[in-house]
Amino acid sequence: MATTTDPKGGSFRLSMLLYDSRYRSATIQIVALIGFLILIGWLVSNTVQNLAELGKSVGFGFLGERAGYDINQRLLDYDSNDSHLRASLIGLLNTLLIAVLGCIAATVVGVIVGVLRLSQNWLVARIMTVYVEMFRNVPVLLWIVLSMAIMIETLPPPSAFRGEDPAASMIVSDSVALTNRGVYVPEPLFGRMDEEGAYTSWRHSLGDVHLFGDSPVRFDVSLDLVAILAILIAGLLVSGLVKHRADRIQNATGVRPRTWYWRWGVVVIPLLLLLWVLGFYLGKPELRGFNFQGGTHLRNSFIALWLALSLYTAAFIAEIVRGGILAISHGQTEAAAALGLRSRRIMSLVVLPQALRVIIPPLISQYLNLTKNSSLAIAVGYMDLTGTLMGITLNQTGRELETVLLTMLIYLLISLAISGAMNVYNNSVKLKER
Amino acid sequence: MKKSVFLGALAVTGMIAGTAGAATLDDVKARGSLKCGSNSGLTGFAAPNANGVWEGFDVALCRAVAAAVLGDPQAAEFVPTTPKTRFTALASGEVDMLVRNTTWTLSRDVDLKFTFTGVNYYDGQGFMVPKALGVSSAKELDGATVCIQTGTTTELNLADFFRTNNMSYEPVPIETNAEAQQQYLAGACDVYTTDASGLAATRASFETPGDHTILPEIISKEPLGPLVRHGDDEWADVVRWTLNALVAAEEFGITSTNIEELAKGTDNPEINRILGTEGTMGEMLGLDADWAKNAIMAGGNYGEIFEKNIGESTPIGLARGLNAQWKDGGLQYSPPFR
Amino acid sequence: MSDLSYVRKDMLPEKAPPVSEVGAIGWLRANLFSGWFNSILTVASVYLIYTLVSSILPWLWSPTWSAGSLSECREIVAELGKEHGGACYGVITERWQQLLFGFYPQELRWRPILTFVLLFVALAPVLFTDGVPRKMLWFTGLYLFLAPWLMWGGAIWTPLLVIAGLALGALAFRVLSGVIGALGATIAAIVAPILFWLFLVGPLSSALASIIPLGIEVVESRLFGGFMLSVWIGVVAIAISLVLGVVLALGRQSDLMIVKYLSVGFIEFIRGVPLITLLFVASTLLNIFLPPGTNFDIILRVMIMATLFASAYIAEVVRGGLAALPRGQYEAADALGLDYWKSQRLIILPQALKISIPGIVSTFIGLFKDTTLVSIIGLLDPIGLTGSIRADANWNGIVWELYGFIALLFFLSCFTMSRYSMWLERKLRKGHS
Repeated sequence: MATTTDPKGGSFRLSMLLYDSRYRSATIQIVALIGFLILIGWLVSNTVQNLAELGKSVGFGFLGERAGYDINQRLLDYDSNDSHLRASLIGLLNTLLIAVLGCIAATVVGVIVGVLRLSQNWLVARIMTVYVEMFRNVPVLLWIVLSMAIMIETLPPPSAFRGEDPAASMIVSDSVALTNRGVYVPEPLFGRMDEEGAYTSWRHSLGDVHLFGDSPVRFDVSLDLVAILAILIAGLLVSGLVKHRADRIQNATGVRPRTWYWRWGVVVIPLLLLLWVLGFYLGKPELRGFNFQGGTHLRNSFIALWLALSLYTAAFIAEIVRGGILAISHGQTEAAAALGLRSRRIMSLVVLPQALRVIIPPLISQYLNLTKNSSLAIAVGYMDLTGTLMGITLNQTGRELETVLLTMLIYLLISLAISGAMNVYNNSVKLKER
Repeated sequence: MKKSVFLGALAVTGMIAGTAGAATLDDVKARGSLKCGSNSGLTGFAAPNANGVWEGFDVALCRAVAAAVLGDPQAAEFVPTTPKTRFTALASGEVDMLVRNTTWTLSRDVDLKFTFTGVNYYDGQGFMVPKALGVSSAKELDGATVCIQTGTTTELNLADFFRTNNMSYEPVPIETNAEAQQQYLAGACDVYTTDASGLAATRASFETPGDHTILPEIISKEPLGPLVRHGDDEWADVVRWTLNALVAAEEFGITSTNIEELAKGTDNPEINRILGTEGTMGEMLGLDADWAKNAIMAGGNYGEIFEKNIGESTPIGLARGLNAQWKDGGLQYSPPFR
Repeated sequence: MSDLSYVRKDMLPEKAPPVSEVGAIGWLRANLFSGWFNSILTVASVYLIYTLVSSILPWLWSPTWSAGSLSECREIVAELGKEHGGACYGVITERWQQLLFGFYPQELRWRPILTFVLLFVALAPVLFTDGVPRKMLWFTGLYLFLAPWLMWGGAIWTPLLVIAGLALGALAFRVLSGVIGALGATIAAIVAPILFWLFLVGPLSSALASIIPLGIEVVESRLFGGFMLSVWIGVVAIAISLVLGVVLALGRQSDLMIVKYLSVGFIEFIRGVPLITLLFVASTLLNIFLPPGTNFDIILRVMIMATLFASAYIAEVVRGGLAALPRGQYEAADALGLDYWKSQRLIILPQALKISIPGIVSTFIGLFKDTTLVSIIGLLDPIGLTGSIRADANWNGIVWELYGFIALLFFLSCFTMSRYSMWLERKLRKGHS
């Protein structure tokens, strides 16, 4: 007798870890996990060793030190005495600003171009094709530096607005200045105090509330803005109620009462009243000294980056939109036409809602791409997160490891947040299958 | 090296490679080439020409070191770096020395762990404005738009200057000199600020240099010099004394034309020591006896290098100023070769 | 009764359709002026085209090919009496070689050109599946070793020994599979060549080279630049990331939880951060992560990060291909009793990869365009070179000509590739319906 072991018995041999399908998957996974941990450990130990050799320590204390540099575009108050952390926060807000505005512009342009590419107008369709191919096939970095160059080279400098017979003049009744330092547009202002600290009129601003004292995340909340938002939301709610009532009457009687003046009125009139009470006016930019003063300054780095990113991404979005529309079977269009809908209504009521299901997932990845590409701001000197934390801060403090890893982590969080939010939306528009 | 390149390309592993250990001098000799971190493009200081050969004031220093160590000025290889990548390139051993208009500061010397081996150009931060602006002093720049190169000490100096003078300004951060120039010329900024030498170099390349003026205020000290990794004193000595040899050569009138003559022996013992006909200076440094001779022959002495690349006969037209020999009232002063 | 006055006996001759419906006018009406909205669009478009062309064409037409500096250009243009200036092509004449090849030695430039031409030969059996003999795939495999050797140069022994390592792996598999079973043999087949490459190739190659010095001149990667650099980074990264990407995709589709989460984590991490941060890792951190003393040059480090970057995207493309495969294929493979690796190798992957080719080509186009980002960390790719060229006193202040030239080259190559990918997509769609 060679062996008496029962093959079904409980005895366990090591080789079963590999050859028994009950254990094999666990074995492979544990081996993979161990391999992964070894890899991480290897990297960490290398890093520790290398840093020790270079005599560097790891720590995030530098974030609290004085930054020492200035940032031109800041959404919150900041000056060179603030900390690196505050500077990074300013950069992060600039990143988010360009990402949000870029996504909006890219979507608008992309949808228009995508629809126009299918236009029956031969010329328009061709132009749109040329636009899409041109932008898709040239690197976005090149577009960014090119649009910056166009801004700088083709628009007049502020000095051209000076003198008796200026070479350039402001547009839109002297309220908008297009210069090669950027575009100056009027800014909304509210009744202000004069030099003695007294308001010139009883209609004046509500002032600001300062939050978080002196900490790096401090910011001011404009009470005017809060009031405006509150009135706006309240107005929209009332307007919704009116619509609801109109729907009910229509369902009951078949006749829809005319309510549009109500629905607009409850939103617009209180808002106008509030603006009047707050002493709202537009502060126009004016040429004083070296530059235009007053108004909102949209810097050329911002505009160049915004234009280039939106137009580049829009070319991709246009293709996605076109693909989405073409994916809707022709029968849908014909059926809608048979119902007597006009072609624009067919598009907005039948085709686009269905196409959205096809469009949304790739659209999300385009939004992600745009957000990530916004890091190329560094090429035109737009001070975003890459320009502050991974740019000047890295350079002034010499903390490569901390700054680069922190930057990656923040971008990762932004990306995850976008894809998470868009996935939620995607699920809500998804076709509910039986 | 070729093996590591090849295997690395195949992504086999990251194990086999040259070392960035302590003895840079031995590495350079073994490799047969000197790797210099250089500017990726600054007129007069470092830029590749149409044939891809690097030229400039900083480049010449690298070539001199290459000649001193390896006997061949062409053995210097140039790794273009940006203000952001330059220190990592040096710290990681990717380059053996960095000559990239880098300001000698305490934090770079101490905190970033580098050793500055001298100053090859004494500079200071200045401002350039178009004459049409009618500005004669930097104190009149309140509210101006200023172009600055990021990743340098300039932006810190600038912030401090405007802050202490209680003025406001609009910074326009820019990555390279070429872009700064483009913006400045188009009027997208009123002022361009960087090291005065850079300003002069930039102005020289304008179509009408006369329309622009460099303001008298120099708001900072910018001693620019070569640097090496901390803790490799032998290598630091080689770089330091090569620079000193170039400076001393000018002081003693050793030029690339008369060097062969002088190398046969002269009455001046210091010249003899520099050129290796007397004493064992080369051996002390771990180099050949004629190391300094090779270094000087590479591009001439300090004065010749200056004149050839950035001096008054070139379009850049920099005066010697602070960089004149100490005898002429400048700061270039070599410790004795003894 | 038969005096019906008129009965038409033969057909009337066909009349020509109304002039307004056919020919140029008809076409115009149908395509350009079919309604007031369309007409407005047409007029607006014509105006737009006119404005663009009339402002750009005069500038483009500028006989400055032989100018040696920007000021010479300006003189030529001024002599012609052009109002709005003209392009200065002298910079292209002088620097086009640099923009294409970087600092690659002039007399050795046949090597990158040959590599580039051979790339198409090697790709032919993959890209054009019919009409090219399958035997060509051997050349594709060989090319993987030939191309780096041609680009970097060195002794012929190194690539040969690397191939020998593969052969060693195969041999180990053959011999050991009978002795210790398939799994052990597979592990041995992977470990043996890696050990061989790590510890034996270097010494063996130098030993062989000292006996029989057979090789071509070494070209260091710091001399790579211009378009050649972009293409080379793109090609290397995609080639290696194909392997990594397939592994990651399989990992992501796997039933093994830990393997799956590791793959998902890696893919999502890479896809969640901008490439520029990865390039900063390459330029500032990679040397810190690797063992002390390791020192890859910057181009190799960039290639490593670009490979990791591309592999996450390729993984997603391949995952799409795997998902698009009908369920029946998986079940059929199971029904044949194939184990996991066999079914992947013989049934699933060949089909999934084939339908992923358009996606892979798009990934390559994206990566190729993204290689311009290396200019931000100081490498002299075409955009990086514009800075160096403008630092030359002769060409100071030149903008449009350089950017235009680079954009044109990128456009031509990317456009061709995207057209190919669309053609392939159409062909594949036909093949499957």
